Amino acid sequence: MGWVEVTTGFLSATIAMGTVLLLACIGEILTEKSGVLNLGLEGMMIVGAVFAFIVVQTTGNLVLAIAASLLAGALMGLIHAFITVTLKASQVVSGLALTIFGVGLANFLGQNYVGTVRVASLQAIPIPLLSEIPIIGEALFNQSILVYVSILLVPISWILIYRTRAGLKLRAVGENPSSADSLGINVFATRYIYTLIGGALTGLAGAYLSIGFNSSWMDSITGGQGWIAVALVIFATWNPIKAMLGSYLFGFILILGLRLQAFGIEIPEMLFTMLPYIFTIVVLIFSTGKFGKNSKIKQREPGSLGTPYDREARH
Amino acid sequence: MKKLIILLALVMVASFVLAGCGGAVQNAVEDAVEDAVEAVEDAVEDVADEAADAVEDAMPAVDVKAGFIYIGPVGDGGFTYMHDQGRQAVEAMGVETLYLENVPEKTTECYDAIVSLIDEGCNVIFATSFGHMEATKNAAAEYPDVKFFHCSGWEINDTNLGNYFGRMYEPRYLSGIAAGYATMDNQIGYVAAFPIPEVIRGINAFTLGVRSVNPDATVQVVWTYTWYDPAIEKASAEGLLDAGCDVIAMHQDTPEPIAAAAAAGKYSVGYHSPMAAYGGDTYLTGAVWDLGTYYVAAVQSILDGTYAPESFWGGINDGTVLLEDFGPGISAEAVAAIEAAEAAIMDGSLHVFTGPIADQDGNIVVAEYDTMTDGDMLGMFFFVEGVIGSVD
Repeated sequence: MGWVEVTTGFLSATIAMGTVLLLACIGEILTEKSGVLNLGLEGMMIVGAVFAFIVVQTTGNLVLAIAASLLAGALMGLIHAFITVTLKASQVVSGLALTIFGVGLANFLGQNYVGTVRVASLQAIPIPLLSEIPIIGEALFNQSILVYVSILLVPISWILIYRTRAGLKLRAVGENPSSADSLGINVFATRYIYTLIGGALTGLAGAYLSIGFNSSWMDSITGGQGWIAVALVIFATWNPIKAMLGSYLFGFILILGLRLQAFGIEIPEMLFTMLPYIFTIVVLIFSTGKFGKNSKIKQREPGSLGTPYDREARH
Repeated sequence: MKKLIILLALVMVASFVLAGCGGAVQNAVEDAVEDAVEAVEDAVEDVADEAADAVEDAMPAVDVKAGFIYIGPVGDGGFTYMHDQGRQAVEAMGVETLYLENVPEKTTECYDAIVSLIDEGCNVIFATSFGHMEATKNAAAEYPDVKFFHCSGWEINDTNLGNYFGRMYEPRYLSGIAAGYATMDNQIGYVAAFPIPEVIRGINAFTLGVRSVNPDATVQVVWTYTWYDPAIEKASAEGLLDAGCDVIAMHQDTPEPIAAAAAAGKYSVGYHSPMAAYGGDTYLTGAVWDLGTYYVAAVQSILDGTYAPESFWGGINDGTVLLEDFGPGISAEAVAAIEAAEAAIMDGSLHVFTGPIADQDGNIVVAEYDTMTDGDMLGMFFFVEGVIGSVD
């Protein structure tokens, strides 16, 4: 095996690994930009995953399966939006409850599908010409449709947030909902919409896992990837482009130790298991810069993140 | 039932008649009624006996309720799934069972889980993970009337605690023969969970099988340091494939490594449960468990009153472990070699860990004609020649 094949395989696996994180991460960035913190990513993702799997098994139709995961994720988002926007309950508590509920529900619904062979799977679709480029072509342009969707979502969501009127309104709602309200922006509707979109994209990440990446349904199929995506949002300082870098970097770190071993390079177990954590700390330090009130995180974090908006409250 | 209804009807008719008549007629009727009542009583007794017999057939004479402690979810499709298949075999005997999933290997939490099953009426406990051993031992001391079975450990006492496991190295060796024939580049990849004797023994047995038919082949090990992580297991197999391996074997709880090999059009060897469904046209075979055989036998011994604590290490002879049906990727000569080796293991003429066996550095660790003892095998902590990787 030459280094070209080795590098291609490594890149390709990195991108496949990072795509779950990227989809969920972009969804959460959109939600958090509206001022709603949703810690229920793990729950929304696994519910999207189980519905995609069940729909594939019953209908054999991948398009329907993807639609089901979007819908299921959006419905989970709707629960969160209702609890935190309408009822103004704690976003942290609601998100955690959503995770517990989602994992339990998905494992329950999936019980009868354990050990069944999936009737259809998302296949890699090589893009003509582009997939012929050495190394990068194979890794980036010979993947499943959801990988392309996730890559396209990066510029789309960046432009939406930072270069459109809708994005301006979104950011206004997230930064200062009462000011946005006084300008006639519907804070509640905005928060509902972006929580639903965030849920749908996270559900899509689940579909990528259950009908593309993995080969069968298994209990707790998401294995904590929803939580990694939550953390990546802070890494990325709410920037979709940095989210892409972060997701792929994390995918890279997750498989680095395994790949080194496959080539006969011994690495100590402790270093191996520490890698993702060391990486998390290092990236956090570099991506956040100064600490305290002047840190980049504090500057970039949506001002009202985590606080339900109450029209009657004094500001 | 029909007889009963007719007789009841007769009694009712008789009593109406009785109410309307008197004198001699009354005596005659009274006799008739007495006969009828007797007949009814007999019939009821018959039915009751029959029902009791049926219940006896279905329910054992000794009341056994078996509780299972699982390390993972039943839905893992691997280790816990196979234990649960065994539990269902016990249930099919008409014995009531309960189980608890995701019981941690922490002594206090596992102990609490065992006690909760005993509180639910369980008088037989199967603890199915190595780390459940300490808690099982403590519970056995605390509850002398409950019988305990611990999987993969060594604790045993004279009254109510035994252990059990399978000689998985036997089918591992056989599956290695399949891999040895299949590999063309003489590079086989092995996705393995943790460097502990159970896993190391499997890798060694597999490698000995590979090299019994293909002395030039090597087995490259990747440690994942997890039993259950679909994404990591898949990534490990892909790494091995990219490194040039053309057969994938594994000791993990999900079929992801097998699916990764199939996606790349490469051969694979399964473990735990039959995984042919994931391996495609290039699936060879797998080393699988049939714990139901042991669980049923263990429960039956309690029902029969012949129970005594034992250290049970079942092999392919008693069906606790076996080779999965041959997959579509296996060659005819491999099948012949495997069947010959299987017969030799069955009749005792072949033992997997009989010397000469060399370690990775070429030093002879088991001399010619020597066979490792069970104790040595249970504590195995070296790789045989042909394995690439490190045990620590």
